[in-house]
Amino acid sequence: MSNPKKIHVSTTVNGEPCEFLCEPGQVLSNALRNNLDMTGTKEGCSTGDCGACSVMLDGALVCSCLVLAAEAEGRTIETVEGVADGNALHPIQQKLLEHAALQCGICTPGIVVAAKSLLERHPDPSEEEVRYYLAGNLCRCTGYDKIIRAVLDAGTVMRGE
Amino acid sequence: MPLLQYEAPTSLAQARQALAGRSDAKILAGGTDLLVQMRLGLRDPALVVDIKHVPELMEITLGEQGLRLGAAVPGAVVTDHPEIGQLYPGFVEALGLIGSSQIQGRCSAGGNLCNASPAADCVPALIANRATCNIMGPDGERTVAVEAFNTGPASNCLAADEILVSIDLPRPGPRSSDAYLRFIPRTEMDIAVAGAAVALSLDEAGVCIDARVAIGAVAPTALLVPAAADALIGGTLDEDSLNRASAAASEAAAPITDKRGTVEYRKKVVGVLVRRAAGVAKARIEATS
Ligand SMILES: Cc1cc2nc3c(=O)[nH]c(=O)nc-3n(C[C@H](O)[C@H](O)[C@H](O)COP(=O)(O)OP(=O)(O)OC[C@H]3O[C@@H](n4cnc5c(N)ncnc54)[C@H](O)[C@@H]3O)c2cc1C
Ligand code: FES
Ligand code: FES
Repeated sequence: MSNPKKIHVSTTVNGEPCEFLCEPGQVLSNALRNNLDMTGTKEGCSTGDCGACSVMLDGALVCSCLVLAAEAEGRTIETVEGVADGNALHPIQQKLLEHAALQCGICTPGIVVAAKSLLERHPDPSEEEVRYYLAGNLCRCTGYDKIIRAVLDAGTVMRGE
Repeated sequence: MPLLQYEAPTSLAQARQALAGRSDAKILAGGTDLLVQMRLGLRDPALVVDIKHVPELMEITLGEQGLRLGAAVPGAVVTDHPEIGQLYPGFVEALGLIGSSQIQGRCSAGGNLCNASPAADCVPALIANRATCNIMGPDGERTVAVEAFNTGPASNCLAADEILVSIDLPRPGPRSSDAYLRFIPRTEMDIAVAGAAVALSLDEAGVCIDARVAIGAVAPTALLVPAAADALIGGTLDEDSLNRASAAASEAAAPITDKRGTVEYRKKVVGVLVRRAAGVAKARIEATS
């Protein structure tokens, strides 16, 4: 059986140019975690249902478990590792902590990336809009309510209210 | 067998070349069906051809004739577009219903159509809008109406070396609109038990002068239901026309019983959805004229 030839990928992750070698069938979540040692991005379901693997790809919110690593060539990726500014947490991260909106934390990186994408596009969403926007982020621990409150609260901080 | 090769052609000619003679290849648009199927072991292509670098597949052209939508344009790009939703609100709501915000970042109308799920949400809305498919193959181009594109669950009319390039939606006439409704047991992230799309044109007096009705998830492919449209045309979307359109849709439906619903239930629900979608399309026309 022939072995797949590895693919060389040059991409930008959280503003830094970076390169890696991947298998043709490898997905982006796996390359981030195993080739680039960026384990902030989680993989839960591997089928697009849970959102734990959420990243931004050229400004679009996507499931990195459903992106081939080779597709990252020449693109811009933003992961949860790029959200905080050094040691200063982003308002979404800060509010998730304050509201105790995480328990095991597996869903949290995906929630942070998705909520940031929402608040940057719609700075003042209604509760319903937050719930719909985050419908693809499953959490087995919190029951969601604290997450929704935290995101709404982060919105007020980001709007400077 | 693992995926052996990934190609990202940057022109239609290159894409055709990459696919030529390769019955073991699959085209990749947003991957929200294909990569799921590969990860679940349901498909194992040796070659994946990513068509998102081919300009014709990523373009949106809106003109006198209507909309030409590149087959691989992601849902979020369409739902964010300032004009498409005004012309085809039903189509845009159907595309926007697919998956979550994350899925919207990738899922395309072309992939939704080519994947040929009987429950694919944007297909009935395309049919109601008289959409046609521009297909490129080794012998040149051909055009197929959306209602004739899919041939059964997971099967479509494309040969292995053909590519769906774009989808054309003709520009609706004055006093026209459309709507799509689906029924799912929850409010988000689920697959349609039944779906219905209705496109209408009314005259000044509110009489329906043109209609197209299409239903989804109630037959092996989405169906155009001319009898339902005929029931609406000539009337004022009064109770009697709506009853007849609804009955015609229930009659045309040929669903299966599965965990989502029984035959009887789906036939009944699809009729209700047609009636309601017609009401929504009518209200949209009245709101803008
Ligand atoms: C979590 C989740 C939720 C979902 N929810 C819904 C839903 O609510 N409603 C719904 O209808 N669907 C749903 N889907 C299914 C899927 O997202 C849609 O069908 C989507 O539109 C597929 O588009 P894509 O661009 O990702 O296609 P891909 O996966 O890239 O392709 C799908 C198929 O079409 C072929 N193909 C793609 N483009 C072309 C082309 N241009 N020419 C020839 N062949 C082509 C591919 O080879 C493949 O076989 C969901 C999927 C997930 C993972
Ligand atoms: S791991 Fe990607 S959506 Fe669950
Ligand atoms: S905190 Fe455990 S899944 Fe959300």
